[in-house]
Order: sequence, then C-alpha cells, then structure tokens
Amino acid sequence: MKELMLGNKAVARGLYEAGVCFVSSYPGTPSTEITEEAVKYDEIYCEWAPNEKVALEAAFGASLAGLRSFSGMKHVGLNVAADPLYTMSYTGVNAGLVIGVADDAGMHSSQNEQDSRRHAIGAKVPMLEPSDSAEALEFAKLAYELSEEYDTPVLLKMCTRVAHSQSVVERSDRSEHKKEYKKDPGKYSMSPANAIRRHPIIEERMRKLAQYAETAPVNRVEYSDDTSLGIITSSTSYQYVKEVFGDSVCVLKLGMAYPLPENLIKTFASKVDRLVVVEELEPIIEDFCKGLGLEVSGKDIFPICGEFSQGLVAQTLGKEVAEGPSLEVEIPGRPPIMCAGCPHRGLFFSLKKKDCTVIGDIGCYTLGGAPPLGMMDMTLCMGASVSAIHGFNRARELKGTEEEKKKNVVAVIGDSTFMHSGMTGLANIAYNMTDSTVIILDNSITGMTGHQQNPTTGYNIKGDPAGKIDLEALCRAMGFNRVTVVDPYDLAAVEKALDAELSAKEPSVIISRRPCALLKYVKHDPPLSVSADKCKSCKSCMKIGCPAISMKEGKAVIDRTQCTGCKVCKQLCPFDAIEG
Amino acid sequence: MQTKNIMIVGVGGQGSLLASKLLGHLLLTKGYDVKVSEVHGMSQRGGSVVTYVRYGDKVASPIIDKGEADFIVSFEPLEAARWLSYLKKDGQIVTNIHGIDPMPVITGAAEYPENIVDRIKEKGVKTDALDCLEIAQEAGSAKAVNVVLLGRLSHYFDFEESEWMEALEACVPAKFLEMNKKAFEMGAKA
Repeated sequence: MKELMLGNKAVARGLYEAGVCFVSSYPGTPSTEITEEAVKYDEIYCEWAPNEKVALEAAFGASLAGLRSFSGMKHVGLNVAADPLYTMSYTGVNAGLVIGVADDAGMHSSQNEQDSRRHAIGAKVPMLEPSDSAEALEFAKLAYELSEEYDTPVLLKMCTRVAHSQSVVERSDRSEHKKEYKKDPGKYSMSPANAIRRHPIIEERMRKLAQYAETAPVNRVEYSDDTSLGIITSSTSYQYVKEVFGDSVCVLKLGMAYPLPENLIKTFASKVDRLVVVEELEPIIEDFCKGLGLEVSGKDIFPICGEFSQGLVAQTLGKEVAEGPSLEVEIPGRPPIMCAGCPHRGLFFSLKKKDCTVIGDIGCYTLGGAPPLGMMDMTLCMGASVSAIHGFNRARELKGTEEEKKKNVVAVIGDSTFMHSGMTGLANIAYNMTDSTVIILDNSITGMTGHQQNPTTGYNIKGDPAGKIDLEALCRAMGFNRVTVVDPYDLAAVEKALDAELSAKEPSVIISRRPCALLKYVKHDPPLSVSADKCKSCKSCMKIGCPAISMKEGKAVIDRTQCTGCKVCKQLCPFDAIEG
Repeated sequence: MQTKNIMIVGVGGQGSLLASKLLGHLLLTKGYDVKVSEVHGMSQRGGSVVTYVRYGDKVASPIIDKGEADFIVSFEPLEAARWLSYLKKDGQIVTNIHGIDPMPVITGAAEYPENIVDRIKEKGVKTDALDCLEIAQEAGSAKAVNVVLLGRLSHYFDFEESEWMEALEACVPAKFLEMNKKAFEMGAKA
C-alpha cells in the first residue's frame, strides 16, 4: 500500500524492516523524528541518551553484543560523537551499526551549516544520501547490509528537505538479525598496537567500498538524448534538478556520498559536453571531479551558503524563472519568540535589570537574545556557556579593569543542555575555581526540539517512569556550596537570588525551575486582563516581550487566547492595572 | 497533468501541520503523486511558518518557489502578504483576516500594515478573505481556524464533500472530529 511518509519516519520504518533492535539518540532538528517514530515499534528498544557521544557509544555496545543498532543526531551532534566515530571506523562492527545524521542547509534551526560529508571522509566511513522518503527507507536498510558486509559503521545522511518532507513509500516486512559476540580484542580494543594493525584494513575496506560504488544501484545514471549538459547531483538537489530539467539533460544521481565512484564519474563526464555539479554546501563531489582532472562547474556558479531550490537551479543554469506579485509595503518580520507563559521570560527580564553579561547556550532560551529582552552575549554550541563563563571570568580576574570586574556575568543553560555537556564545564569551575554564577533554566523538558524527556525529568522516551538526576545534589556533589532554586514567575525571588549569588565570592548555581508552559500536564491560570481605566500607557508590561500583550489605542491589551496567567506582567505594572 | 502547488502559511502553532496532513491524505487517495514539506523546530516558536503541498503525476521537488503557487492558504493576513511573491500569475489566495501582531510590531519597532488584504486585492490578485477565527469559535474552538480555511479551500476543488470528510476522519483525533467537521462545513459555506 502506498502512503505518504515523512522522511524521518521513513528512516524509522527502514530501521524496523532491517531488524534493528537498539536505538540511542539525542534530539536535534531536523533528526528528532527518526527516534520518535522508531519508538512506536515494540520490536525496537529506543532511548534518549544525554548526548550524541553517549548515544553512539551505547549503540556501538549493542552492535558489539550482536544487535543491529542505530544512533540519530543532527549535524552538529555528529561533532560531539566524532570521537567514537573516528575510532569505530577502525574497530568495525559486529551487528550492523548505522548513524543517522541530519544536515540543516539554510539553518532553519541550527547554529551553523556544516556539511556532514566531511565527517564521512574524515572518519573513513561510507555514507548514503537519500533524496526522498522512499529512498530514506530503502537506504536505511541497505546501510545495514553494507555495515555487516564491509564491517563498518555507515552514515545515513538526511537534510532538512528530505527529513521534513513527506513523499510516497511502500512498506515491507521486518527481518530479524542477531549476531553472536566473540571476544576479539585485536579488532575491538584499540590500543596503539591493535590500531596500527587495523588501519591498513580500513584503507583496504574503503578501496573495496569505492569499487562497490562503481556499480551500486544507489548511484544511477539517467541519460538523455541531449548530451550537451551533464549534471552530477545528490540528495534534495537531485529533486530540484529533475523539477527544472525533467529528462531533458543527463543526470548522474549519487546515492552514495562517500566513497565516490571514480570510473562511473569519468565515464559520465566523457559522454556530456558540459559537466556541472549541483550540490548544497561544500564542493565535495566537485573537488573529487577536479581531482580526477575533469573540467567541471560547481561553486563557481552555485552558492556555498544556504539551501537550494528549483528556482535557484533554473536561474543558475540559464532557465526561465517565474515571478509572483509583490506589494510596495514593508512587511514586518516574524521571528520566532518565547511563547506566552514561557518560564524563561521572567528570568531574562531580571538579568536585564541587573545589566548582566549573559554567556548563553543552545535551546529555547537562545530566544532571550531577541528584542525587547536582547539578553544574550554569546551562543556557541551545546554546553559552551558553562565552560566559557569560566574563561571569561578568569580573564577578567587576570587583566580586567576595575569597571570590568564589577560587571555582572552569568551563564544560562537549559536542563537538557546541562545534562548534554554542561556538567563537565561545571566540573572545571569547581576544580579551577572562578566565582562564576551558572543559571540552569530547568523547564523539565528538552523544549526547542519538541518536548523530549531527559535525565532530569524522571521519565523515559516512552513517558514511563525512569531514573531522575537531582540537579541540586549533583551540583553540591561537584563542590558547589551555593545552590539556590527559584521560581522564574516570581521576579522578586529571582532578583534576590541574583543579588546574593552575583556578589558571592565563590562559584554558585541558580536553578530557575518551572516546567515549560506548553507541557500537557501544566495547568494554566485564568487569563489576565488590563483595566483600561487604570492603565496609564507606561508600557512597563511591554518590556518582557510577551506575545499576548499589545498596545491597542494607547492601552495595553492582553490576548485571552494566548495568556497563560503567569502574572509576570502583573508584577511589572506600577498602577495595578493588570487584573486576574 | 502539470504539478499543482498549494502553500500553507501562518504563524507557528496555528495548526498548519494538520492542514498539510489532511491535504496530503486526500490527494494521495485521489491517486496523485504527492510531496509535502513542513517546518519543525525553531521556526515553530511563534515565527512565520510555511508548508508546501505539491501534487500531480510525478512530483520532484518538495518545495515551492517564487511565482509557482496555485494557492496560498493563509492563516494570517500578514503572512499572505509576506509570501505573495510565491503566487503564480492567476493564483488564488484564501486567507483568514484575523491578524496576529509579530514581535517587532509589539515592541514598536515596526508597524502592522493597514488594510493588508485590500492592498493585495488592489494588485489584482484573486483573494478570498474571511474571518476564520470567528467561524472557528462559533464551531467550538479557536484552534479550528485551519479546518475552516480548508473548508473554504474545498470550493476550488472538484472533490466530493464526502472525500474531504473521509480525510478529516483519517487525520483528526476522534474526540475533536465532530467539532472539526462543523468547522469545515461552516468554512465551506462562509
């Protein structure tokens, strides 16, 4: 039966059909739904790990024990998991092991747009790259065949437009696989002596995989009668090429991003007059072609930044593009914002009041950097806030002016991000001792990626009771004497805690605790309203940037459909005009 | 047939995912090749959100580019204006008229353009505008704006009402089905 399926869901279906039994992942857009869909199959054990490195290592352990395993993550997550990946390449696998990695060209929800194919090349691990949901399903299954046949982990590369697009797939049945574990330290224990023996084996494996790529069915030539133009492409770029040209040009569609097929490419190039590579982000296929001595166009005509579209492909290759109507009106932007009732809002307002330098992190609270709060000085990667505040403060101690030393500095990090990689930074503060104040924004969920459980929530991926890490006890065990818990809806309490901890001459942690207002179990108070008589139009309530509050005819108005009754705005009104 | 393009635009959290799911389901049962492209993650937090639905004999690209949309289904009038350049010549807009202020308007950094729907109409763009929020509330929930709009959109298709209802049944949880059916019918009749 044909059905429409999201690319990520199709990967999960592929995992099911391939007989995968173990999945360990960390959520990250646009990869999250692979694991969220996989958990719906009873045959597949799934878990959220604290971070991608842990997830991939857990999957490796399960592969070693004989079960087909999977780990899913976004592109930057693969950086975190790069350490095990690069050596897993040497050990190879027991049962098949596949890593799903989702790139985000255009940065719809990411802090950079790195190209994961570089990791495949760096780690010497084969990579498959589907261009729609049907391929996502089939390639996921093929990845396990290759993993076991060539004794290697396999990367399955998604991108936003494949991961988050639905297209037609057909299901098949599941096949079961289990391998016996046999002790083999020469293969699995990478001491230098063993690794020296393994490296040439890996080089030989990649040579064999390059041979496989020459005739692999996932690398497909689509010849046309017109041979004036030949396009080499992959992933979603292939779809844009087909949209523009249909069958009117020759296309080499590469489903295997690494290793690339030397002879297949040379043969294709010899049959066309002009060779063009259409690939998003890095010029990887293009550079490979150039290495073969081929004359080829690529990033000389296509952008390296951002994502492609059919219009971009058409325009770049000299085809006509459509234009639509336009208005001579300035359309105000609509950036993402913190939701009405978001517990982070009150905390950021208090940080602004204290004129803090805010060393930030990755999560919904990154939105605290947007106007009108504008309270984010730095955002780098998962966990960086806790590490960087230590360096920032130590630098101020070493060479700061008196004025600089007086400035308030805090790190802000969410509960899930803290579990991911904030803890090691905290250990550094405790060990190398700066008077840093770290604020853990504990909204009891992984928010931005759409509500995944984490080790502090007490529930597992299925929502069943699970182990629960006590943040206060953890911080104390690391040597922090000053650990304070505040409710971010209570502005006076937040300010009191900030005053106390920012002036303390030792490291401290403030846990700003209040569950995400979007969680189903969170009950909202009745919406507030503004008394038009009492409102003096001072706009104090507008300073928090709540989407439920706006000015209408000079008076503040609260949108009852959005307001969650959090009462943060009420605490700001000098005229008691906000009621409820 | 040539591929047809429907864009669904709105504000994160307004329910565009249900609308695209329902259209995708319906079009697939009608025997078309279908692709739907969605937005997840950061952009859902109250930001401008766009979903692409494409159908035909064989669909390649999952997204819609400028000047290509046969329909723009808009949950919020400013978003119809924002994505207007994606509309095909002679394309049709179906839009809610109930506006939601974006943060730059709330903070006073920008102004919400006045009479935005009229301005679109003045460009000669075929525009079907209705107060979906009012209709949705009458049907039983402010959240049914998406289904009201779909009801209105159904005017422009030759599908039977029963086929739309089947798609609703397949995509909406049972406890909200009756309310959504009512919202659809009210949208269709509006």
